[in-house]
Amino acid sequence: MTKKPDEKYYKLLQELQELDFVLVELTLYLDTHPNDLEAIKQFNQFAQKRQQKARAFELEYGPLLQFGHSFSRYPWEWKEAPWPWQV
Amino acid sequence: MWIYEKKLQYPVRVSKCDPRMARFLIEQYGGADGELSAALRYLNQRYSLPDKVIGLLTDIGTEEFAHLEMIATMVYKLTKDATPEQLEEAGLGPHYVNHDRALFYENAAGVPWTASYIQAKGDPIADLYEDIAAEEKARATYQWLIDMTDDVDLQDSLKFLREREIVHSLRFKEAVEILKEEQGKKKFF
Amino acid sequence: MLLHHTPYKTYEPFIGPFDPCPPIKVKAYSTPPNLYIQFQPPGWEQFSPAEALKRGTLWPALYSPYDPKYMLNPGGMGGKEGKR
Repeated sequence: MTKKPDEKYYKLLQELQELDFVLVELTLYLDTHPNDLEAIKQFNQFAQKRQQKARAFELEYGPLLQFGHSFSRYPWEWKEAPWPWQV
Repeated sequence: MWIYEKKLQYPVRVSKCDPRMARFLIEQYGGADGELSAALRYLNQRYSLPDKVIGLLTDIGTEEFAHLEMIATMVYKLTKDATPEQLEEAGLGPHYVNHDRALFYENAAGVPWTASYIQAKGDPIADLYEDIAAEEKARATYQWLIDMTDDVDLQDSLKFLREREIVHSLRFKEAVEILKEEQGKKKFF
Repeated sequence: MLLHHTPYKTYEPFIGPFDPCPPIKVKAYSTPPNLYIQFQPPGWEQFSPAEALKRGTLWPALYSPYDPKYMLNPGGMGGKEGKR
């Protein structure tokens, strides 16, 4: 059973949102600047950081992704509230 | 295919029960220059654009769905526990009669979303110019929405969305530069 | 790097002798940084990830402030061009 949102939930979520936002910005930038090697290095570095952060979040609060991109414990965790608009 | 991620792109907080503001925000949910229009416009145009810019349209279109979810979250929170009387006072009486507190793809005046809000000309320059215009119109709408509320938490999320329009507009402009580029010319200014 | 651009511009609407509402003497509109950039050069200075999320962009040069108090009363805050 996954934990309900507590202080740590909001902190981890915020940190993940920060990493993911850098990745969104770099993605759009690289779509029009495909030869910027420094930006690609930064992108890969942040992609690794976000994987670690997402794993830490999922261990405590359940899966972020579905269709097999996140693991599940028993019972099936995906359907558990809260959904993003509820927190 | 698309994968849903169980988190918002940006934290959405609202600090008061304000169904009146929910009614205005619906403009960015199901209005002409709203987030649904944006997502569907780009994800539809991309099938007939040059390969060089398909990635950009795909990614911006996908980000627009994250913005749609943010707007939905604002409307949900602003109306969740409002009474029918409060909804009526906010001008949402007709909405309540038809939809209760359900969200509906309509604009602030209650006009349902229509595909005629979005265009696909098949001409890459025409389509990208439409996209740039759409981003600027959405930026303006966010400004007028910010003007209509004194809730600083809500203003904060709306300012984030306004800034995204500015970045998207620049990326579409860069896509035009890429498509019009003569070989061997540099493109930084 | 970019030249500094003001985030707002203003104009003075014509005031007719029979306009029924008290006239708005100065109107402002937003002129965000994307208007002055054709193609972003590589290597721009970046915000920290926390600051970037808060601002809505990774690059300070793309950040555009929006102040409703100024926009709704640009004449009252002095000058023809907006202040940051």
